[in-house]
Amino acid sequence: MSHWKTFSNGILKENPAFVLVLGMCPTLATTTSAINGLGMGLATTFVLMLSNVAISLVAGFVPDKVRIPAYIVIIASFVTIVDMLMSAYVNSPGPNGEQSLYDQLGIFIPLIVVNCIVLGRAEAFAAKNNAFMSFLDGAGMGLGFTGALTLLGAIREFLGNGSVFGLQLLPSTTNILIFVLAPGAFIVLGFLIALVNRIKKV
Amino acid sequence: MEYILIIISAIFVNNVILSQFLGICPFLGVSGKISTAAGMGGAVIFVTTISTIITYLIMNYILVPLDIAFMKTVTYILVIAALVQMVEIILKKVSPAMYQALGVFLPLITTNCAVLGVALLVIQKNFDLIHSVVYATATAIGFAIAMLIFAGIREQMEFSAIPKGMKGIPITLVTAGLLAMAFMGFAGIV
Repeated sequence: MSHWKTFSNGILKENPAFVLVLGMCPTLATTTSAINGLGMGLATTFVLMLSNVAISLVAGFVPDKVRIPAYIVIIASFVTIVDMLMSAYVNSPGPNGEQSLYDQLGIFIPLIVVNCIVLGRAEAFAAKNNAFMSFLDGAGMGLGFTGALTLLGAIREFLGNGSVFGLQLLPSTTNILIFVLAPGAFIVLGFLIALVNRIKKV
Repeated sequence: MEYILIIISAIFVNNVILSQFLGICPFLGVSGKISTAAGMGGAVIFVTTISTIITYLIMNYILVPLDIAFMKTVTYILVIAALVQMVEIILKKVSPAMYQALGVFLPLITTNCAVLGVALLVIQKNFDLIHSVVYATATAIGFAIAMLIFAGIREQMEFSAIPKGMKGIPITLVTAGLLAMAFMGFAGIV
């Protein structure tokens, strides 16, 4: 497979959130606004790229029987690094006293460990390919996930709060609050996946 | 009274699936039939309760005294993975009937974020051991209840005419959204 194909595979053809339907917990939970979706997506991308590279490097000499625990420890280490970095750099509250990004994502940062996409790519791709290809695959999958989360976050923020990335587009009288609450996440994602299915068929 | 509040809030008001979005994968994946949903629910109740006790003890008696609390993610996931394996082996020996019912679901639980999520939330909420156990069990019961209701709805849905593009995952998600809306009705009771 060419480099470009490996990279773009995760963004469109096998988009983790819309097509493979993996990693649903952070997809639904953290997309109350576009910026939260973007933050969660980038954190996952970071873990995905580094864990893919590390796993492709060690895959040759990890015995087959203990490969899953070994991969999980590698992934968990990178997740801990992301957790510490985010707690250091995106942990200041906003100007109007709103929660920091780190607080809003909350336990979903450590929960990247159990995100099926990360272990899934380790098993399906990184264990069988070289480090550079695995890096490209991780980056593509991660960006596809980030794009999906940002889109979902932007739609929910627009419908529920009348704004996108914090920029107020509609007066607050038109807000449909349900879309930033839990049910809105399920419903918007359901219709988005239906739309993707429709587009893919044409 | 305090415990009753924790239980009601964990099962209904802050339902683990429908308002906290933990454990969505099994919720969408194995909720096709009521019998499988019940098996998964039982396995989750079992594992969540035990893993919360163990991770709580490890956190407070090993990680905190050694001042390495930042290692919790790595430690917890290993503990949970090992625990699931052990539960599987013990169950096979001690209670073959229960193993028959829960066996196939046990390996799936390692990647169920509800288990790790509850273990992390308990630390975040500063619960003591008994509170943690009550909270963990109640949360897992909430998981099982949501699974069962949803499986019931999905069994009925097989008989309805669904637009082509909405078949499969999309209609499942929209239905889950409506169920979440129904669970929002519990918001006032605690």
